[in-house]
Amino acid sequence: MTSKTLSGLLLASTILGSASMAFAQDVTLTIESWRNDDLEIWQSKLIPAFEAKHPGIKVKFTPSAPTEYNGALNSKLDSGSAGDLITCRPFDASLALYEAGHLAPVTDLEGMKNFSSVAKSGWSTDDGAVQFCVPMASVIHGFIYNKDAFKELGLEVPATEAELYAALDKIKADGNYIPLAMGTNDQWEAATMGYQNIGPNYWKGEEGRLALIKGEQKLTDENWIKPYQTLAKWKDYMGDGFEAQTYPDSQNMFTLGRAAVYPAGSWEISGFNNLAEFEMGAFPPPVPNAGDPCFISDHTDIAVGMNSKTANPEAAKTFLNWVGSDEFASIYANALPGFFSLSDHTVAMEDPLAQEFVSWRDKCDSTIRSTYQILSRGTPNLENETWNASANVIRGTETPSDAAKRLQDGLSSWNDAHK
Amino acid sequence: MNKTSSSLPRSIAAHAILATYTVIALFPVVIIIINSFKSRKAIFRSPLSLPDESSFSLIGYETVLKQGDFFLYFQNSLIVTVASLAFVLLFGAMAAFALSEYRFRGNMLMGLYLALGIMIPIRLGTVAILKLMVAGGLVNTLTALVLVYTAQGLPLAIFILSEFMRQLSADLKDAGRIDGLSEYRIFIRLVLPLVRPAMATVAVFTMIPIWNDLWFPLILAPAEETKTITLGAQVFIGQFVTNWNAVLAALSLAILPVLVLYVIFSRQLIRGITAGAVK
Amino acid sequence: MTQINQNKRRRRWHIAVFLAPAVLVYTAIMILPLFGTLQLSLFREVDQKQIFVGLDNFRILLGDPRWSDSFWNALWNNTWFFIIHMVVQNPLGILFAALLSSPRLRFSAFYRTAIFIPTVLSFVIVGFAWKLILSPLWGIAPDLMNMVGLKSFFEPWLGKPEYALTTLGLISVWQFIGIPMMLIYAALLTIPDEVLEAAECDGITGMRQFWKIKLPLILPAIGIISILTFVGNFNAFDLIYTTQGGLAGPNYATDILGTFLHRTFFGFQLQIGDPHMGSTIASLMFFIILIGVSIYLFGIQTRLRRYQF
Repeated sequence: MTSKTLSGLLLASTILGSASMAFAQDVTLTIESWRNDDLEIWQSKLIPAFEAKHPGIKVKFTPSAPTEYNGALNSKLDSGSAGDLITCRPFDASLALYEAGHLAPVTDLEGMKNFSSVAKSGWSTDDGAVQFCVPMASVIHGFIYNKDAFKELGLEVPATEAELYAALDKIKADGNYIPLAMGTNDQWEAATMGYQNIGPNYWKGEEGRLALIKGEQKLTDENWIKPYQTLAKWKDYMGDGFEAQTYPDSQNMFTLGRAAVYPAGSWEISGFNNLAEFEMGAFPPPVPNAGDPCFISDHTDIAVGMNSKTANPEAAKTFLNWVGSDEFASIYANALPGFFSLSDHTVAMEDPLAQEFVSWRDKCDSTIRSTYQILSRGTPNLENETWNASANVIRGTETPSDAAKRLQDGLSSWNDAHK
Repeated sequence: MNKTSSSLPRSIAAHAILATYTVIALFPVVIIIINSFKSRKAIFRSPLSLPDESSFSLIGYETVLKQGDFFLYFQNSLIVTVASLAFVLLFGAMAAFALSEYRFRGNMLMGLYLALGIMIPIRLGTVAILKLMVAGGLVNTLTALVLVYTAQGLPLAIFILSEFMRQLSADLKDAGRIDGLSEYRIFIRLVLPLVRPAMATVAVFTMIPIWNDLWFPLILAPAEETKTITLGAQVFIGQFVTNWNAVLAALSLAILPVLVLYVIFSRQLIRGITAGAVK
Repeated sequence: MTQINQNKRRRRWHIAVFLAPAVLVYTAIMILPLFGTLQLSLFREVDQKQIFVGLDNFRILLGDPRWSDSFWNALWNNTWFFIIHMVVQNPLGILFAALLSSPRLRFSAFYRTAIFIPTVLSFVIVGFAWKLILSPLWGIAPDLMNMVGLKSFFEPWLGKPEYALTTLGLISVWQFIGIPMMLIYAALLTIPDEVLEAAECDGITGMRQFWKIKLPLILPAIGIISILTFVGNFNAFDLIYTTQGGLAGPNYATDILGTFLHRTFFGFQLQIGDPHMGSTIASLMFFIILIGVSIYLFGIQTRLRRYQF
């Protein structure tokens, strides 16, 4: 009897196994991605638009959770079962994939002509000679605020640091709203929406970032400690028990109308539009003193490249060229307000909040996150340590100068420019 | 009998302890399920109250059910779990019997070898396993998952079963041998029925990590047709992190089938355990 | 005489038949891939090429403060995680099993099912549910504590370095207590009635009966749950990964060997996965667990196997 069940099971599993291989007439391209939030947009907008223009090519978008993406993708690439198209994280993570021969160069693709060298910088070799992913979008940091709450309390949009704290003090004194919606449980909010958001105003954007890479500035310099000193003040404006507040907690806290200001990235826009029942506005990170030049983090965030072992290189190239087209740029930027196209095409955006964010590009200088290029190549990893340090500083368990010293010591221990 | 008089306070105490812990065990599950039927505002305003007319909402379920074939995912999970379980129990019991019953050279070493698997997370072998499956053309099949879970479940099954088999009386088996039963018959007729409680326990231990695993479905069988329910639920949670209606609905949908399965199986499980105890 | 000889000759074959399926599947799909990975700890990648470095990776992991601080931190956290399970989970599991095994107890099927339910839930669900309950924003824990007048004792436990690991340990206990309970329960039921009746005739009942008669008889089962807890805890990873993320915050207070290994092996955010250092950590974990299991197998188990019914 046991052997009967056994062979039945074996039979069942073989049938199931072969069933999944039975289809595939057209060429099917599979996209690996960590953006499972975008699944619906790919399925309902982007893929139909592409397939309508390119009969014979089918596209499948198969995202995994962001936390699993790097590990899962690397395993699949190493064993040859990864999809045809790979969504690329910026800088070193993708560079490592290119150097290991997993990503094909895309330098000569027709579609790459539509991108500036700044846009391409996140997915180029260190000497800039070869590109390995087609840029898709960047995200801009700033603060989203509850317009109704500001009106109710008679607050002006703050332009300087002093004005920001004055506004936060007023909100706190009133007591109806939590001034800042942020928590430190997930750590990355503290680093990304805290440190990298306000930092460029202190280290002067690209100037400071490049000087740090060259070793001309140190993390213990005043303009790199300043952002931590500012973060240390945020504690008083955050909600009770912010230590255990997670990222989704903060998002809900703000969109339910319980908090007045949300240190943000522009990627929040589409989600917030669906959830918030009040009017939202946005302002760029306030400058230290009135009249100072302003800088924003306009971070090259996402791109797509080709698996060098794909069975359908021609179809994959067709798709990548389409990613460089104005059609893709316009669909993507409007379907996902807050992900700004990196191409040279002029893209008309309808969302007012997204327009507000992108308008800062005209009055402020853009830079990218300070830890992404080159500086997170060693152990200890500067990006991870920055998450940890930012959360510690906000919680008040480490002083800004101690944190800065720890980060600099870590960096000096492996980075030649800092030895 | 003085038993009854002394056992009354004792049984009250027993009920008090068990009931208290039952509340602790069920509370989080109940919280998730009741809140999945409430509107977003009500979830935050009064998380502890039951849904009433004004706060009742199925919006979360509508969002989730629109987006994926939960029935197929469930079916996949069920096939994988049941098939792996059958292999683990059969192969595990056979190996455990060999280890506990016979004295042969290398017995101890073999036991240790078969126990190595519980000391290293199988996840570390991912790349090699995936290469093996790619070579065998098994990527995106449920067979790949069944193979991995069988290998993963065996060490623990052998470890526990051999422990239990060592406690079986030798008299019964020797009597069988004198009656001329072959070793295979002794295993099937005499030993297997006696270790049913342990088998039931091992079945539960083996089933849980298989049912709840995220990693191997993601690596070996991420296709829509072979997605398991845990992976499906995880995709939803990622997709709707801020939409707690949808998250709670997805979680409830992932909990309910396991609960139903467990309640059905737990009767079998307990019957197995008690049947073994009757001498 | 002849019968014994025959037996001896036949034995060889059926032993092989009994062992073969398990050994084959297990060796091909588990052992070979795992050792393929572990041997990476003896190599290092330089310019896309693997070079043999002997035990140098181990020297770095234990000798270079950039690595060893994380390692010792994770090892200590892991030990504490294990202690919580041994002190809370296993005694409670034995208590519940002892109460449930009393033949006159009503509703025992209900209790047994309910207490085991958390064990069948996935980490995703457990992590999410407890984060909601303990969330300072969501308010279930603060509200409940308010009802019994303990509001002032509420803390954002998962966010404080001094409480986070203990909190997670207790959540893990909540999830897995069903396992020791079931194992002990099964062991208690296999105690023959004659033994208990004999004890009752001698006037040994109630608590004394448990300590004097039952406990010694279920010692092998307690041995198994201890070693399973040890192995499980030193391999644990999912719960902390889903609740606290890959960096095991706050300030690495919840970093255990499993999360440290995962972060190193598969990478995290901008940190690129390092299979060589990763396997070095895995090898050390393997040795730690191997030592524990060997102590059990050779030192304890052989002494426990005394009672046969």
